[in-house]
Amino acid sequence: MTGVEVSLRGLHRRYGSVVALDGLDLTLAPGELVALLGPSGCGKTTTLRLLAGLEDADGGQVTVAGADITHVPSNKRGMGMVFQAYSLFPHMTVRDNVAFGLKLRRAARAERDRRAMEMLELVGLTEQAGRYAHQLSGGQQQRVALARALAISPKVLLLDEPLSALDAKVRAQLRDEIRRIQLEVGTTTLFVTHDQEEALAIADRVGVMRDGRIEQLGTPTDIYSRPATSFVAEFVGLTNRLHGTVAAGSVNVRGCVLPLADPATPDGQATVLVRPEAVTVVPSGPLTGTVIAVTFLGASSRITVDLGDTTVLAQLPTSEATALPAGSAVALTIRPDPVLVA
Amino acid sequence: MTGLHARRRRRVNAFRYVVFTVFGLFFLLPLLAMIRFSLEGSTGGSWSLSSWGQIASYAGPPPLLSGVEITLELAVITCLVVLALLVPTVIWVRLRVRWMTRLVEALCLLPLTIPAIVLVVGLAPIYRVIRQQFSLSALQLFWVYAVLALPYAYRALAAGLEGVDVKTLSEAARSLGAGWFTVIWRVIVPNMRQGVLNAMLLTGALVLGEFTIAYLLLYTNLQVTLFYVSRGTPNAGVLFSTSSAALLFAFVLLLILSYVGRARGRQSERSKVSK
Ligand SMILES: Nc1ncnc2c1ncn2[C@@H]1O[C@H](COP(=O)(O)OP(=O)(O)OP(=O)(O)O)[C@@H](O)[C@H]1O
Ligand SMILES: [Mg+2]
Repeated sequence: MTGVEVSLRGLHRRYGSVVALDGLDLTLAPGELVALLGPSGCGKTTTLRLLAGLEDADGGQVTVAGADITHVPSNKRGMGMVFQAYSLFPHMTVRDNVAFGLKLRRAARAERDRRAMEMLELVGLTEQAGRYAHQLSGGQQQRVALARALAISPKVLLLDEPLSALDAKVRAQLRDEIRRIQLEVGTTTLFVTHDQEEALAIADRVGVMRDGRIEQLGTPTDIYSRPATSFVAEFVGLTNRLHGTVAAGSVNVRGCVLPLADPATPDGQATVLVRPEAVTVVPSGPLTGTVIAVTFLGASSRITVDLGDTTVLAQLPTSEATALPAGSAVALTIRPDPVLVA
Repeated sequence: MTGLHARRRRRVNAFRYVVFTVFGLFFLLPLLAMIRFSLEGSTGGSWSLSSWGQIASYAGPPPLLSGVEITLELAVITCLVVLALLVPTVIWVRLRVRWMTRLVEALCLLPLTIPAIVLVVGLAPIYRVIRQQFSLSALQLFWVYAVLALPYAYRALAAGLEGVDVKTLSEAARSLGAGWFTVIWRVIVPNMRQGVLNAMLLTGALVLGEFTIAYLLLYTNLQVTLFYVSRGTPNAGVLFSTSSAALLFAFVLLLILSYVGRARGRQSERSKVSK
């Protein structure tokens, strides 16, 4: 089963006076996994629910494989969906849950069971086929939900923060597994999350949403290293806001001359967005200050440095950070990556 | 510290026993007295089964068995009607029109606030008018009984729905291709089995014990038949034996029903564990 093209055009949706979607446009290429990323309340879930037909659009159009399905009810759309909340039918075994969609399609019993076991094998849960939801862990339940959604060979797979109820380790594991399965079955997939790491790790393209629209749509690399707006830049990575002076296509931040991502930036004072990874520790450099906090993130660490009038975050390997306890004096420089002006 | 706890627990336990005993006596004494009276012989303080014998030998009209039959049929019909009416309603209210919860609840509780006699005064002319055109069997009482059962059945069903994530389950089922009928009867209802069972028990109990309306609308159900039995004899003991019989009849039926429901529940629990 290969994926189909999905396109959302000019979607509008309001709840009373709240505008949840404000003319959202998004096209998913066949077989592509697009992650919708954005702060709480920006309309990610609403987008997904409109695509699934669980909610009606006030305006706009939804097409799947070229066919307009804007007014098709959700049970006729043939989309697989995995919810944030656990959604397995409690009175059915795992196998019956997975086979439910096929039963509704009047598949023969043998065929249903074969397909259900095939899907359970895909998510690695054949052992648990006879169990009930309350006998499974959260991660296992979401896997079964994924198997159930895939069992009907959906045209489109919709995932609404399926991992948010799980702990960090299971989350990363299941995230990679979802990606593996998605590539294997080739279904066009929309994945909603508010976790930027998750979005960047799993998606072919990431759509960053803000106030009911897509602010930027691009590959994870694009989004991360060439954010189109300061909103995207700030949302996708913790960012330092530093004052600088723009002149002749580059910007001078405390003695570091950095190229501008957008050369058309007018000359003058500006706030520059700098990633913590671009700030590096050097024996002597243009920026000097005192370490006031060290946060260990595992392989890397983040230090907060007081520069006198402001603070700056720097991210460096943990081995280097251990040599810099709070209170030590440190010199920093900024790597000359193209930067964005707020 | 633990001593203090233990003492408090003992005090709470003692309080419980007192409450149970007092209420137990409050309920049981009149029942026991009734049964004792039904077993009273012709002289005070003697024992006899003659009052019960008179129920068994009662030949009608109308025959006792037809009363039993009508009441049982009414119980089944009323249960079905109430469930068919209320189950989709409570689910729909939970799912789509949450703001109507209070309104629907108030509507369903209304029959509780109206005395049976007032209901009859309102209903009698309606039944009379219809009966002028058609002959209505006693089974047509289910209309009234369904209304009377609303408050109890509604409460039971609403409570049964409490722990069910109706929204997510129905959306999951919808996205898999289920129509609303399938969503309600094959996805939601199996998860509120206890609520459905309780609603059936309460509705059944109500129908099995109903006398006033049937009598006033000139129908003959079990209770009315038993009333005729006791009225057609000078033996005052029959009044008590018929009352006891009615009570036992309902009690045994409900016991069986709840036992069957519970046993089936346990069975599926067990199969969950063993698999
Ligand atoms: N059923 C509803 N009734 C009223 N307002 C709603 C409803 N659903 C969503 N909204 C509003 O629409 C906006 C978008 O909601 P949506 O659920 O799409 O956000 P989201 O991006 O998924 O957020 P989150 O990350 O918190 O899940 C929010 O302001 C929300 O308050
Ligand atoms: Mg959401």
